[in-house]
Amino acid sequence: MEPVLHSAPQVGHHPAPGKHYLNENTSLWDWITTVDHKRIGLMYLVGSLFFFMIGGLLALLLRLVLLTPQHTLFGITVDAEGYNRLFTLHGAIMVFLFIIPSIPGSLTNFVLPLMLGAKDVAFPKLNLASFYIYVVGAIMAVSSIYFGAIDTGWTFYTPYSSSSSSTSVAMMTMSVFVLGFSSILTGLNFVATVHKLRAPGMGWFDMPLFVWGMYSTAVIQILATPVLAITLVLLAIEKTFHIGIFDPKYGGDPVLFQHFFWFYSHPAVYIMILPGMAIISELIPTFSKKTIFGYRAIAYSSVSLALVSFIVWGHHMFVAGQSQLATVVFSALTFLVAIPSGVKVFNWLTTMYKGNIVLASPMLYALAFLILFAIGGLTGIFLGTLSTDIHLTDTYFVVAHFHYVMMGSTVTAFIGGLHYWWPKMTGRMYNEKLAKIAAVLWFIGFNATFLPQFIMGSQGMPRRYYNYLDQFQPFHAFSTFGSWIIGFSLFMTLAYLLASLRKPCDAPDDPWGGSTLEWRTSSPPITHNFHDQPVLEREPYDYRPGQSGRETH
Amino acid sequence: MSAHTEHSHAHGGPAVYTANLIGLLILTGITVGASRIDFGPANTVIALSIATVKAVLVGLFFMHLKWDKSVNAIIALAGFLFLGIFLMFDLIDLNNRRDPLPRNTPVLAAPTAVPESMNPLTTPAPKPWVAPAKPVGEAEGEHEGH
Amino acid sequence: MSTTTPELHTHGGHEEGHNPYHQHHFATMEQQFDTAKIGIWSFLATEVLMFGGLFVGYGISQGKYPAEFVEAHAHLDWMMGALNTIVLLVSSWTMVMAVDAAKTNQRAKLKMYLLFTIACAFIFLIVKYFEYEHKWHEDLMPFKYYGTGETGIRPGDLMPGSHGYATFFSFYFMMTGLHGFHIIVGIVLLAWLYVKAGRDRFSSAYYTPVDLVGLYWHIVDMIWIYLFPLYYLIS
Repeated sequence: MEPVLHSAPQVGHHPAPGKHYLNENTSLWDWITTVDHKRIGLMYLVGSLFFFMIGGLLALLLRLVLLTPQHTLFGITVDAEGYNRLFTLHGAIMVFLFIIPSIPGSLTNFVLPLMLGAKDVAFPKLNLASFYIYVVGAIMAVSSIYFGAIDTGWTFYTPYSSSSSSTSVAMMTMSVFVLGFSSILTGLNFVATVHKLRAPGMGWFDMPLFVWGMYSTAVIQILATPVLAITLVLLAIEKTFHIGIFDPKYGGDPVLFQHFFWFYSHPAVYIMILPGMAIISELIPTFSKKTIFGYRAIAYSSVSLALVSFIVWGHHMFVAGQSQLATVVFSALTFLVAIPSGVKVFNWLTTMYKGNIVLASPMLYALAFLILFAIGGLTGIFLGTLSTDIHLTDTYFVVAHFHYVMMGSTVTAFIGGLHYWWPKMTGRMYNEKLAKIAAVLWFIGFNATFLPQFIMGSQGMPRRYYNYLDQFQPFHAFSTFGSWIIGFSLFMTLAYLLASLRKPCDAPDDPWGGSTLEWRTSSPPITHNFHDQPVLEREPYDYRPGQSGRETH
Repeated sequence: MSAHTEHSHAHGGPAVYTANLIGLLILTGITVGASRIDFGPANTVIALSIATVKAVLVGLFFMHLKWDKSVNAIIALAGFLFLGIFLMFDLIDLNNRRDPLPRNTPVLAAPTAVPESMNPLTTPAPKPWVAPAKPVGEAEGEHEGH
Repeated sequence: MSTTTPELHTHGGHEEGHNPYHQHHFATMEQQFDTAKIGIWSFLATEVLMFGGLFVGYGISQGKYPAEFVEAHAHLDWMMGALNTIVLLVSSWTMVMAVDAAKTNQRAKLKMYLLFTIACAFIFLIVKYFEYEHKWHEDLMPFKYYGTGETGIRPGDLMPGSHGYATFFSFYFMMTGLHGFHIIVGIVLLAWLYVKAGRDRFSSAYYTPVDLVGLYWHIVDMIWIYLFPLYYLIS
């Protein structure tokens, strides 16, 4: 395909040949003080993958404990309290240290300015600050283990968290408070970048859909996270000094805490899923070699998901003592979520219809996403419906549901996106055959782990218990075997990705035939991203060869 | 040399700011005055309405929203809008809830509000728990004994 | 909306390159300025929502303990509150005048108005200090320290025993405390501006920091505009 960009000649950046952002200024000091969004993205990637590994190992341990109803397995004894601490740590690390910062911090930091044809994000220093705040928050979270690991679950529900639980609750909540600021700064940066740093000729509806998804995410990060911050401060003060707002012992209202918490944490679910959807919106047209179907519908559905996410939080509290009116209102509003989600899935499928589908490894992850997200989304309807939710509350059905959404959808998309942009980020191609095997194993392992949990949950297996009735043994065993497959596929992925780094740079600029701007620069990009300021002349996802005119929708 | 000089005098200016300050001071006086008169529950509404007028004045003139690019005003309004959503749904819940605790509870000296016989940790539950059939008022009356 | 068309222009204006504050990833100074404004406004939205959480908590607690809150608020001196309201409003005015002076290259005026603003901020804090000290002597402390001091509760004063009083003073100290913290941060920022203004860093070509600190200062004022009637004038 012919390059469709012309350049403004007077602003070229022409570093020495062979120099790019990775091998220019490589001292440690250059790295830790860098304001280059690509390097910060890589540092975020390392950080979030590290915590993905920690959280994942904790998950494997949890599943191992649950292999049998006994407490002792292979000489390891995990009692109720130990189990509570394990799943709390697993949840808190995965949510606050991995999923929320991962796609925005790593992939988006790297790709978003490239997609817009910009030289950097709007506020590069703030971007670096955001990374270091993340590091500080992570250190605080890890140090809370030293102060006596918390066992409240990642939701810190009062009154347990404010009265009975260990003192490290304060440390953990302050850590999440700090991590929240990191998230806010990232979101703020992206909003300003999208508004003001688009390439000449790129209007709002010429942006790649990834950018729409991340813009919507950033809006939630800005508008929801401050409420979490103040909620956690209030919780820490309530616990230490007794305000009388959340703890009934001092005249507070524990359900009010849940309102405060879920006002952030439900939108936070969309901070997690919208970036996943954003990645899928890139993968599917690229590997179907076809213009995305319903560009505007997908763009609007991202924004409307972000807005709807703010008015449905009460569905986490159906049996928590919320008033009946609020329960009915929240349940009804919850079904609104289905509309933009359905619009997206419909458009992705229609994009693939009659396309020239290339089953490269990123596309395998995209297909896995479609199936896993469909299961995760549809089981959400059972939980949003009042009558069925009463039966299913706090069972493994819920556990399976949110793992299908958060892990089956978001993490699948994250790994898919990592494969998709790996050649751009590192300049190397990975072993495609191993990648395909890992993708298939991931899909099989995931379903093996979490499908049995739906069945267990519907039969009444409660979540967050360290042992269970014998009748659930086969399901738990199956689930644990599945977790080993997931673990194997992930370590395999890590191995061949790291192995690719040992090779010299061999990736072409556009290995997948992608049509968005990040493929118009070298792999890996030069420090200033583009040799010449790119100017957009045709819209994204235009795969018709030789045509540069804009089509109308 | 840059665009700033071009529109630096196009809007605002000391006269506008001073007039705005005087308006804000007058509104402060009105707020204090209104609070001295008993309008019943309307007092809070009046006070918050005047405060909102003052906030709008600060936003429009001191913060230049009147002349600024509209995106900034949209961001500012979004902050208040979502705060409103937060408050509204909380109130939908709280105003329609049967409060499990009576209002104005005296200080509970120690967390011993649950009688030993009701403690599920020490007392095995002989039969499934059923909701008391008493009307709300009586149920609240029970708690006041503590 | 003006932002639906990209503001980027190809790098025609290379006279911008002379501005030492022009960052390399912006095409023009105007684009850089507009971007900074979007950033600060997003930040202000987060401030609104963070304080908003406290306002919602306060409102709900007031709904729960209406009588206690009215009785407790009588122990706040509305004259002090009104004085501080006026001080902050005047400081907002001096701030916006400082921005205007920076924009119109009036360096002496810029420094003067910045000093006035800092002075107002200190007056605010001093008044606040006397209010806090008064509460301390009346033993009207927040949280679990309410009514536990050595001075004890005098007859006719608020009686410890209802959560409502302690909750009122908890929110009072938390919200005015967080607000006071923002004032202190504001003083630091204003002092930094004053030093830079002394070195003649601001002009009509570049006054972004003055403008951004100004917006921050106004939001701090705006929050106080709500705090004042909610704490000092409830009935």
